[in-house]
Amino acid sequence: MSREQILKAVKQNQPDSEGLPDGLGFAPIVYDDPVQKFSDVLTGIGGKIVRIESTTEIADYLKTHFTEGDRFVTVLDNIPGLEKLQLPEDPRALDGIEVALIAAEFGVSENGAVWVTEKVMRHRVLPFICQHLAVVLDPATILSNMHQAYEKIGQEDYGFAAFIAGPSKTADIEQSLVLGAHGPKTMTIFLLS
Amino acid sequence: MVNHVSLSETFNKDEERVNWHDETLWWIRQKRDKAAWQIPEWEELREMASQIKMNTLSNLHDYLLQFEKNALANGIVVHWAADADEHNKIVYDILTKNKVERIVKSKSMLTEECHLNHFLAEKGIDVIDTDLGERIVQLADEAPSHIVLPCIHKKKEEIGELFHRFLGTPEGNADPQFLTAAARIHLREKFMTRRVAITGVNFAIAETGEFVICTNEGNADMGAHLSDIHIACMGIEKLIPQRTHLSVFLRLLARSATGQPVTTYSSHFSKPLAGQELHIVLVDNGRTRQLGRPDFRNSLKCIRCGACMNTCPVYRRSGGHSYHNAISGPIGAILAPNLDMKEYADLPFASTLCGSCSNVCPVKIDIHQQLYKWRQVLTKEGHSPAAKTAAMKVMAGTLSRPGLYRFAGKAGRWFMRNIPWLTNNRLNPWYKQREMPAPPKESFGEWFKKMRK
Repeated sequence: MSREQILKAVKQNQPDSEGLPDGLGFAPIVYDDPVQKFSDVLTGIGGKIVRIESTTEIADYLKTHFTEGDRFVTVLDNIPGLEKLQLPEDPRALDGIEVALIAAEFGVSENGAVWVTEKVMRHRVLPFICQHLAVVLDPATILSNMHQAYEKIGQEDYGFAAFIAGPSKTADIEQSLVLGAHGPKTMTIFLLS
Repeated sequence: MVNHVSLSETFNKDEERVNWHDETLWWIRQKRDKAAWQIPEWEELREMASQIKMNTLSNLHDYLLQFEKNALANGIVVHWAADADEHNKIVYDILTKNKVERIVKSKSMLTEECHLNHFLAEKGIDVIDTDLGERIVQLADEAPSHIVLPCIHKKKEEIGELFHRFLGTPEGNADPQFLTAAARIHLREKFMTRRVAITGVNFAIAETGEFVICTNEGNADMGAHLSDIHIACMGIEKLIPQRTHLSVFLRLLARSATGQPVTTYSSHFSKPLAGQELHIVLVDNGRTRQLGRPDFRNSLKCIRCGACMNTCPVYRRSGGHSYHNAISGPIGAILAPNLDMKEYADLPFASTLCGSCSNVCPVKIDIHQQLYKWRQVLTKEGHSPAAKTAAMKVMAGTLSRPGLYRFAGKAGRWFMRNIPWLTNNRLNPWYKQREMPAPPKESFGEWFKKMRK
């Protein structure tokens, strides 16, 4: 059995145990204005920030910025003007969604990422298969750095979760940046204050 | 013979392309610097990452067991493969068991190392690489030349030509925006119709039994979430002890790789989708052997960011294919001899030992020192290039005899002055792509003697 063979070889060849660092031996960067920093970084990586006072503004914004008549869906309750997503039996049927609106648990200033879990995206593929992704985020949840982020995540139990930072992109052709590789071509974050 | 020198010569025939390649990779190195400088604790982060990986390697046995136990509890099927061949067979068995002949695959350097595509093609399985750069080299029937930027050796006109031939884009169109859009449509059809997705793994967490995949394109997620069976392939050194350690590695990875603050997607896979099968293949393929070499085990800390390649003065001018190994550049040159000392004996010599690779490495691997140590091991084992061995013997003989040394120096300077074509010719490897310097009138020894008078 290869399992036993590999484990035996590892045990034989691994050096004497060296301990883990005792916590962070340094103070990670903390921003004076995490919301501003988050907005700057997200904009720098191709995302868009829209400040709103109420979720009732969302549908209007999307309908003026994306093609009216296409399929706009949301997994959130109480978003007037948007179709509440009914999960199809085959997730492939989600192809063709123009705009999907989801919610993120929190954001991270240092890299413009938001944390989303399977629970809120309903189906794992939704934030990837849509042509445009929109996310509702409470600015009060924005953290400065990734150490704070994982402290917050802690032992959270999820089947799937992801940090998403901006629209999908590639620079594989001569290092020319193109937004919209396989996933969403744009990412709009609604900061709900 | 195919080796780094002969393959570099081929790459160097197109001077304009070499210059473009050199400058582009250096530009990415500069982006890495800018990103790193924005984090005041950057050096502490590197040190911590290095220590976490050292802890992992020195307790790998227990972490592997812990990971297996937690992954199984999460509903993941865990496989163990001693070598490339067994890895490929495990994947193939899953496919035949489910009668699947067409699959999608996102980036995985491990599957490149195992030559999985070639293996599956021979069995009649159609594999589509879904990372744009990897799809491009796949259409060109080439291997990736860089672990992060697979087709960095290609010009957009060549890509336009490939897409015209295989995807039916208009002839002569080489616009990156247009070509990317064409690839998006071409590959979306594959995501929608293929039942099995293979992915790599960036980090696997012992404490939780989950694994993380980082991409910018979203291709790993599109493949995995739309598949009935997801097979994730990883080397056993991809483990890290705890979920919280991801904070350290995710801060370092993309900044080191491309200068981005983080990749667009950092996807955490913990349990299979309802109705889906999720497999992990844990692969050794020489890693336990490398773990047993005290001088070289640090190489297993690598998180595959590619920073050492972008900064390397040799890699930038010789191209990734000159390393004739799945992983090129400085890190490839210290990993490859462990796989096959004879075949890759040339690689540790493909370096100036300038140390730039070690300076940018996010997990502080002593890459240039390992290159130097591999040279000694390879020479002792009789694998150093024959011409170099002969030349070194002559040099050692000359340096150990002061009289002969002085005579040889004088003779050399006389020949260079009076019969320059003796050194300025094709037979002298130092003359390639270089002008020989003007010979000095006297040696340092002669000058020193005169000054002492």
